[in-house]
Amino acid sequence: MALIEVKGITKIYRLGDIALKALCSVSLTIEKGEFVAIMGPSGSGKSTFMNVLGCLDKPTDGQYLLEGIDIGRLDRDELAGIRNKKIGFVFQGFNLLSRTSALENVELPMLYDGMPAKEREERAITALKSVGLEGREGHHPNQLSGGQQQRVAIARALVNNAPIILADEPTGNLDTKTSAEIMELFVKLNTESKITIILVTHESDIAAYSRRMIRFLDGCIVSDEKKGIRGQGLEVGKL
Amino acid sequence: MINIPSTIKISLRALRVNKMRSALTMLGIIIGVGAVIAMLAVGTGASKQIEEQISSMGSNLLIVVPGATTAGGVRMGAGTQSTLTLADAEAIKRECPAVEEVGPNLNGVAQVVYSHQNWSTGVVGTTPGMLIVRDWTLSSGKPFTEQDVKNATKVSLLGQTVVDNLFGDTDPVGKIIRIKNVPFTVLGVLGKKGQSPQGQDQDDTIYIPVTTAQKKVFGTAFPGMIRTMMVKAKGAEYLADAEKQINELLRQRHRIGPKQENDFTVRNLTQMMQAREESTKVMTLLLGAIASVSLLVGGIGIMNIMLVSVTERTREIGIRMAIGAKTWDIRLQFIIEALTLSLIGGLVGIIIGVTGSEILSMLAGWPTIVSPLSILMSFSFSGLVGIFFGFYPAYKASLLNPIDALRYE
Repeated sequence: MALIEVKGITKIYRLGDIALKALCSVSLTIEKGEFVAIMGPSGSGKSTFMNVLGCLDKPTDGQYLLEGIDIGRLDRDELAGIRNKKIGFVFQGFNLLSRTSALENVELPMLYDGMPAKEREERAITALKSVGLEGREGHHPNQLSGGQQQRVAIARALVNNAPIILADEPTGNLDTKTSAEIMELFVKLNTESKITIILVTHESDIAAYSRRMIRFLDGCIVSDEKKGIRGQGLEVGKL
Repeated sequence: MINIPSTIKISLRALRVNKMRSALTMLGIIIGVGAVIAMLAVGTGASKQIEEQISSMGSNLLIVVPGATTAGGVRMGAGTQSTLTLADAEAIKRECPAVEEVGPNLNGVAQVVYSHQNWSTGVVGTTPGMLIVRDWTLSSGKPFTEQDVKNATKVSLLGQTVVDNLFGDTDPVGKIIRIKNVPFTVLGVLGKKGQSPQGQDQDDTIYIPVTTAQKKVFGTAFPGMIRTMMVKAKGAEYLADAEKQINELLRQRHRIGPKQENDFTVRNLTQMMQAREESTKVMTLLLGAIASVSLLVGGIGIMNIMLVSVTERTREIGIRMAIGAKTWDIRLQFIIEALTLSLIGGLVGIIIGVTGSEILSMLAGWPTIVSPLSILMSFSFSGLVGIFFGFYPAYKASLLNPIDALRYE
């Protein structure tokens, strides 16, 4: 069974009388452990597709199976449960709670899962350590650099042991050096923890870290290439 | 599953972040709860005062006053005629089974002198029965007896106010005072009773035998005349019977024909006082209701701020939803925030209300009583206000679309 199976996903936005087709019958399968980059110019439908994959948005038509579960049949709270346990989000703007410490930010998904306080704290500390933020538990987002904030967000995405991380332009607000560090972290999570990573970007050097590249244009997939060796992509990016 | 302690923690943190706003929001509830408690304290204090006055007056009382209504077509006020006699009082006690005791009253104002002090006070000519009627005990000395009444001896019982003014610290028992220049021996001192329901000082009085008052102090228009009498019924349930029996007896004694009106009136004092107590209770309720309105307005203030807060924190709500907050997680967070605001406001309001009542009773001299019930009531009401007015903003927050909320700037 594929981890993600999408069949004929269509998304139409209605703005008054105008119907805007953001996705037109997209179908694809993503297996467990893949590292996928979704690329395309703005307005190509890649973000809409990510929102559908992240159970944040419902498609107008089509079927989405996540670990065999038909997402279209779930209600609001069941979707929230799926997001909590199956998907970790990493956003371009980090989306941490301000005025809240790194530790508490990372604890949040477990809190909504009803985990006891002690276990929550232990796991949050471990998660922060794994992204290299040991000793920064008490820092608030405004006391952390962009790269560190994104690491907190990644720790938050990891902490519930979700099999999938969805990253929407995770390096969009970071400089080149920090971007590389964050991408290395994703690669490490993918190879060592076998976490499936789906990444939206419009930068080819970021996409080069992936092993599969899907290009969107006008709501449709125009190409889907798999690369055997990650190193190749890395070299291409550096050219 | 919803984790209540964590949700409480989240809510408290959100409130701390916006201290000034939280404090201002609470102000409405603080004033509301404070006002409810202070108003109820004033009302309860007034009721309690009246209650005390009623019991100081004596219980199960009827008062018989002369000169009912008409004299040859001209209607006169009650008491303009003197029609009651000491014999009437004795007959009532003897013949009305529902009556326990009768206290006749022939009173007037007289100048009283002791040594070089003098004092003007109400002198009441009566019988020992009056002490029973009014549930009045002596603080020192002994009362005069039926024998004293029969012999019209010149003995007296002094109220505490009279003692204070004439004797100061000296023990008055056994001393001789002069009432309208007539010398009287002081037999005893009446226990302190305080204000009457009408606001008069009940201790500013002297009791002397009714016969002495008739013959030696005030004089009478006809033999045996008294002004009024107070009647104590055998119990609250006998009041109506006693009233009826007195009416029948006095009509017969005064030879009033079937179509003639009474030349006396029987009033149920206890009933009158109870009516007054009732009206005080209504006033208390009214004050409380008015104060509750401010509590309601405080609640609307909370709702206002919570609505602003929800809009302001749309992005935060989006983040929470994205990482798995369910509908009720979001709702509870905002409801608990509102509840916390209103409960803290309620607590501060209780403190303000209690101190406010103290200050009121000190400055205005009103008797105030803060009842535990009023504290409990206003506190739980403020909690209800918090839940009620917090629910709509919380409901609104929980219905946000996660994507729209995440994109909100």
